[in-house]
Amino acid sequence: MAGKGTMTTRWTRKDLLGLRELSADEINFILDTTDAFKQVGTREIKKVPSLRGKTLVNFFVEPSTRTRTSFELAALRLSADVINISATTSSLTKGETLKDTARNLQALHADILVLRHSSAGAPQFLANRLKASVINAGDGAHEHPTQALLDLYTIRERRGKIAGLRVAIVGDILFSRVARSNIFGLLKLGAHVTLVGPSTLVPREFEKLGVEVSYKIEDLLPKADVVNLLRIQHERQRREYFPGIGEYIRLFGLTKERAKLLKPDCLIMHPGPINRGVEIDSEVADGLHSVILDQVTNGLAVRMAVLYLCGGVSG
Amino acid sequence: MKQPKQRTSSTAVPTMDAEAIRRALQRIAHEIIERNPQLTHVVLAGIPSRGVEIAQRIAAFIHQIRKINVETGVIDVAMHRDDVGTRFELPIVRESKLPLPLEERTVVVVDDVLYTGRTVRAAMDAINSFGRPSRIQLAVLIDRGHRELPIRPDYVGKNLPTSGNEKVKVQLQETDEKPDAVWLEREP
Repeated sequence: MAGKGTMTTRWTRKDLLGLRELSADEINFILDTTDAFKQVGTREIKKVPSLRGKTLVNFFVEPSTRTRTSFELAALRLSADVINISATTSSLTKGETLKDTARNLQALHADILVLRHSSAGAPQFLANRLKASVINAGDGAHEHPTQALLDLYTIRERRGKIAGLRVAIVGDILFSRVARSNIFGLLKLGAHVTLVGPSTLVPREFEKLGVEVSYKIEDLLPKADVVNLLRIQHERQRREYFPGIGEYIRLFGLTKERAKLLKPDCLIMHPGPINRGVEIDSEVADGLHSVILDQVTNGLAVRMAVLYLCGGVSG
Repeated sequence: MKQPKQRTSSTAVPTMDAEAIRRALQRIAHEIIERNPQLTHVVLAGIPSRGVEIAQRIAAFIHQIRKINVETGVIDVAMHRDDVGTRFELPIVRESKLPLPLEERTVVVVDDVLYTGRTVRAAMDAINSFGRPSRIQLAVLIDRGHRELPIRPDYVGKNLPTSGNEKVKVQLQETDEKPDAVWLEREP
């Protein structure tokens, strides 16, 4: 597989909270480990005994189907036992604090806690207090490290490298943990990152992180090696940030006309679920540039690697 | 990656030089040919990293002797080990590559040193997740004893009686970028 690192780093972290705190070597180490776990998915028996006897708790305080399912399948393929707890089934609705819930999970000897939470920093809070490994599956508008890792892996797999590539991230950057984790990861691995979207959702402050900001998608498409489209979270009714879906499509949607501006080898990515006809036209989502389904496959392998590495570090 | 210490260490006893290793692997190649009349069904599956190199060398010898290209593969054992989380260092996982399907084939697991047998057990587990080969055999450059499982090698380059506080160091040009050598090191 392309772009193999030298595999000299050792993994020493029990938790994965974000990409901001990881070194480029550590990120590459996860991606190299992912190669091995991706291969497991092609075997006749798609299961290895690495985490046999360990218990993983999928604790999703915010709704999510694909991330939770991906973590669950990853854990099952590593032979771990899995419990799923969602906001509505947990005692959080009865007033229990996050810390008390977590302490109860620890009392059950959970080894790995995968946490999705609406508050930024919740995974860090628990990681500092629990013996269990804590994996951040998205916290508020802070980070979503495994999504960024699977994006990085998909780019590296397709293009053989990440350094020097021009990556455009389009859409609701302000509220996007996916964008943040991607920015940290891409910059550490040497990519050029440009953020595109309505000025209300792509404030100039982001330039301090070392990225460029643009408000005109046509300028970027001919140069981009990767276009990562973020979902417009219209269910959250962000009407105060842009006038409406129609206007968004007109200015920033990746329509089939705009797709003609793309380089032939440009990759179109989307963390899903896609809004066909909003941030991306159906023809483009299903077209040759699209690696959206590769991202799903790779997400499973990346999460196996992360669970193996964090869960395997002895306490 | 473990880097073997220099041979100049006072407690290191040289055991095999490049020529001895070459002859041992050539002999194993002959034995594999003898034991497997259907050579085209044989896969030499090396355990990373030195086992992979040894498998390639054995394949080259078989080609010299019989002009048959025996297939080689890589069998990752890290994710099949039974001690994940109990050791200080997490083994690095690598990608497995085996020619498929394995049915009707003989997989020869190749490693540099056979010790407790746990790595070989993990390798057999890993192979079974790819399919069901007709048989699995085991080739090792060094058998140092101290088995903890009922596993025995089919092909041995050298039997090297050791004590528990000794370490067998194998160095190969391709994996270690130093001349081929085997030596026995005593823990200080």
